[in-house]
Amino acid sequence: MEATEKTREPILEVEGLIVRFFLRDGPLLAVRDVSFNLYPGESLGVVGESGCGKSVTFLSVMRLIPIPPGRIEALKMRFKGMDLLQASEKEMRRMRGNKISMVFQDPMTSLNPVLTVGKQLQEIMKLHLGLRGKALENRCLELLEMVGISEPRIRMRSYPHQLSGGLRQRVMIAMALSCNPAILFADEPTTALDVTIQDQILRLIRSLTRDLGAATVLITHNLGAVAGTTDRILVMYAGRIVETASTAALFHDPLHPYTRGLLRSIPRVDRESGGRLYSITGAPPDPLREIIRGCAFSPRCPLADDYCVKHPPALEEMHPEHLVSCWKASDGSKR
Amino acid sequence: MEANDKKILQVRDMHVHFTLGGGAFLGSKAVVIKAVDGVSFDVNVGETLGLVGESGCGKSSAAKGVLQLYRPTRGRVLFRDVDLCKLKGEALRRKRKELQMIFQDPYSSLDPRMTVLRIIEEPMKVHGVYGRRKERTDRVLELMRLVGLNPTDMHRYPHEFSGGQRQRIGIARALAVRPEFVVCDEPVSALDVSIQSQVINLIEDLRDQFNLSYLFISHDLSVVKHISRRVAVMYLGVIVELAEKRELYAHPLHPYTQALLSSIPIPDPEIELERTSIALEGEIPSPVAPPRGCRFHPRCRQRKKICSKVPPSWVEAAPGHFVVCHLF
Amino acid sequence: MKRGSMSRITGTEGKNDSASTEVVAAPPLRHHWLLDLSIQLLRTKPLGAFGGILVLGMVIVALFAPIIAPYNPSDIHSDRIVSPPSRTFYFGTDALARDVFSRIVYGARVSLAVGLGAVGLSIFFATLIGVLSGYFGGILDTIVQRCVDAVMSFPWLIIMLTVMAILGPGMLNVILALALAGFAGGSRVVRSAVLAIKESEYVMAARATGCKQGTILLRHILPNVAAPIIVLATLGLGNAILAEAALSFLGFGVPPPAPSWGRMLSGDGLDYMLQGPWLAIFPGLAISAAVFGFNMLGDALRDLLDPRLTGGFRLRG
Repeated sequence: MEATEKTREPILEVEGLIVRFFLRDGPLLAVRDVSFNLYPGESLGVVGESGCGKSVTFLSVMRLIPIPPGRIEALKMRFKGMDLLQASEKEMRRMRGNKISMVFQDPMTSLNPVLTVGKQLQEIMKLHLGLRGKALENRCLELLEMVGISEPRIRMRSYPHQLSGGLRQRVMIAMALSCNPAILFADEPTTALDVTIQDQILRLIRSLTRDLGAATVLITHNLGAVAGTTDRILVMYAGRIVETASTAALFHDPLHPYTRGLLRSIPRVDRESGGRLYSITGAPPDPLREIIRGCAFSPRCPLADDYCVKHPPALEEMHPEHLVSCWKASDGSKR
Repeated sequence: MEANDKKILQVRDMHVHFTLGGGAFLGSKAVVIKAVDGVSFDVNVGETLGLVGESGCGKSSAAKGVLQLYRPTRGRVLFRDVDLCKLKGEALRRKRKELQMIFQDPYSSLDPRMTVLRIIEEPMKVHGVYGRRKERTDRVLELMRLVGLNPTDMHRYPHEFSGGQRQRIGIARALAVRPEFVVCDEPVSALDVSIQSQVINLIEDLRDQFNLSYLFISHDLSVVKHISRRVAVMYLGVIVELAEKRELYAHPLHPYTQALLSSIPIPDPEIELERTSIALEGEIPSPVAPPRGCRFHPRCRQRKKICSKVPPSWVEAAPGHFVVCHLF
Repeated sequence: MKRGSMSRITGTEGKNDSASTEVVAAPPLRHHWLLDLSIQLLRTKPLGAFGGILVLGMVIVALFAPIIAPYNPSDIHSDRIVSPPSRTFYFGTDALARDVFSRIVYGARVSLAVGLGAVGLSIFFATLIGVLSGYFGGILDTIVQRCVDAVMSFPWLIIMLTVMAILGPGMLNVILALALAGFAGGSRVVRSAVLAIKESEYVMAARATGCKQGTILLRHILPNVAAPIIVLATLGLGNAILAEAALSFLGFGVPPPAPSWGRMLSGDGLDYMLQGPWLAIFPGLAISAAVFGFNMLGDALRDLLDPRLTGGFRLRG
């Protein structure tokens, strides 16, 4: 978990990403100008609540957003230099599951219920790696063992509904890593799982991606989950990144009032539990119904003033590698 | 069991079994899911008892069994010395005025075709309190203000509110007829993190204000630790440990509780770096055929020979700290 | 790490141009669902709205028939047999020298009466059976569903003809025949809706509150199955009109002298196809317009009402 080095080339570059949905009820601005880089082998956490745009961001990178009603615009969206915005659907298909993989929240709906687990796993490798026959089967068994599934020969012949949630998620991970991708996006991979399984799955993802040298993006609302498994964190709110820092820095010295509020309001097992919880007033904005002009967090922010309400702040570097988007966090000279 | 304050609820050996299949036509075998298989606990007046466990442990079924929403197959549920299991029909309906429930999913626990006013007012109509319409409306406004909703929204429909607000509506509904006991079934699990603390605070404030007693169900151990006084841990239909919260979290005795608590991620990178969790072997077995002897033994690292043969019994290992395990 | 650029977002289609970030709530107007629905229909489903207009037109024509029709539909106009459309007889006259236009106009009453009657009765049975069978389940459900299976195995035409043969002619009998032919399928739709709703948390919440079974059925289950029922009704109306036309064609429809579009089409329309095509064209157009209108409206309603059942679309994350 070393800090990323500036000299390394980013494996994924996103700049100025804007994603809109034109729905029956009106236009929805899900991602409002997001920029970040991902470096090889690093583990990035993306934290936020519903409506913040974290899932949509990465679905857009993989071009999995249905194009009408969605629309993706960006100044830059590059994977290893390849332009993801302009790439054809065919090129994208060759990449998905192969160079960039994704694991989703609910393995029950992400797995095909009428195919055995082994078949689905093999399908991917057949497609992207061209493996066949014995080699394919062996690799499949290898993968199932790698993700900690006992008796892989038997499990291969199981159908998704015969497996528990934890096992299914392991299968998803096996599928995602089968072709040795450079990047793994994990979108709330453990939210639907029990605490004991959550822990195991997170550790599994961490160790596997480290061994394979893949970069991981862990998208979640669970701050405990990112604390232990990521090197760097992006905090998103209302479609934008409001803070980004190394994991250690974010937890020890959160600068954005939202980050601070979140950290203060979570009940913790390791602390004395007395009195009331701190809570952020109000609710996250509804991306469909509201048009946001100034800082999106200002209605709920204890520090907000008139300026915040009218002017949207930009990400600024407060400490090395620690950026915040907040008028109050900056020294104020930017106004 | 407990001997301090007056008890408002005493559950004795409650079983909630579901029978599936076994149609008379085809003669197929019936499958019995033993969701709750012999659970006993007390709740004292003004207390919050937390009930935790992972999926399939039966905590939600236990909560519904207490309220007779699933009728227990066996056992007694004494609410102020009246056995709810023996009540039927009208008598049970009337009793419901005193026991209410807050549901987990704010998106499906409110009738989408009713306005907020009608939703909150319904319990009043059912139990014939606040007979005149004006009285009921006033009470609804009072409740809305109490839970932090804007009274002018009372003619709106649930889909116009956010998750947190809908949960508040559910809470207002639960309190409408002044119950003494409220079962909270994962009331904040479906809410955003920044809203959870608001609703938790609300639930606590209401408890203090009205001297309510709660049975608080959750899989989130941190939330349960915060809000409860005592906590019971369930596994596969039975309670495996019960203690005052600080004692439980500081000195978990049952191997399952130990594993559970060790798996909770802490929002602190340094602590997380050091944290090692106790991994459990295998998977949670099906509630159709729980393992013989101690239900947990197939996954327990500390199991002994006796664990696979004889079910362990309830032991008070320390004052007020109960465990169901052969190690004690 | 590059700096993010300033937001280039300006409010698009801002309904409410306030400068602050106050929550812009959806229009707070008296939220009547019927009003909402009509507005939605006009805005997003033009075909459905057009269908709605056709249906509305039909209703108006039926209601104001005495004013709209220049003549009495049974009046014989002496020697003007099968005469083409003219200024005195807009749609011409039929074999009995009656004004076709007036007959079409009054025919709307017949079609609507038969349609509404048949659909109303059919929906009543379908809802009763579907709700009771679905809500109470168990043996009752099994037995009822097997009976419904049996009814559904008969072609609807056979059922209608059998009923008409037993009961004899008459408008009420036609209505009954149509209802009996149609209720079975509807009951299935209602039953599956009830099965789904029965498991909802709000139904359990109602039980937890202490509601009686009857109250739950009336207050919670029924209003929530209203949506599929509305769709069933509008689509069923189109079918009923067609079915009545079929019955008339076979000689079993609404008896003369009541002006039924179906009989006009299959009687004089068929006999005088070459000499007086207007005798077939106008009733045919009327039937087509009515069925088209109801079907389009029903389709649009089904689309509009479905997502509302689930509380709308929410994009997470």
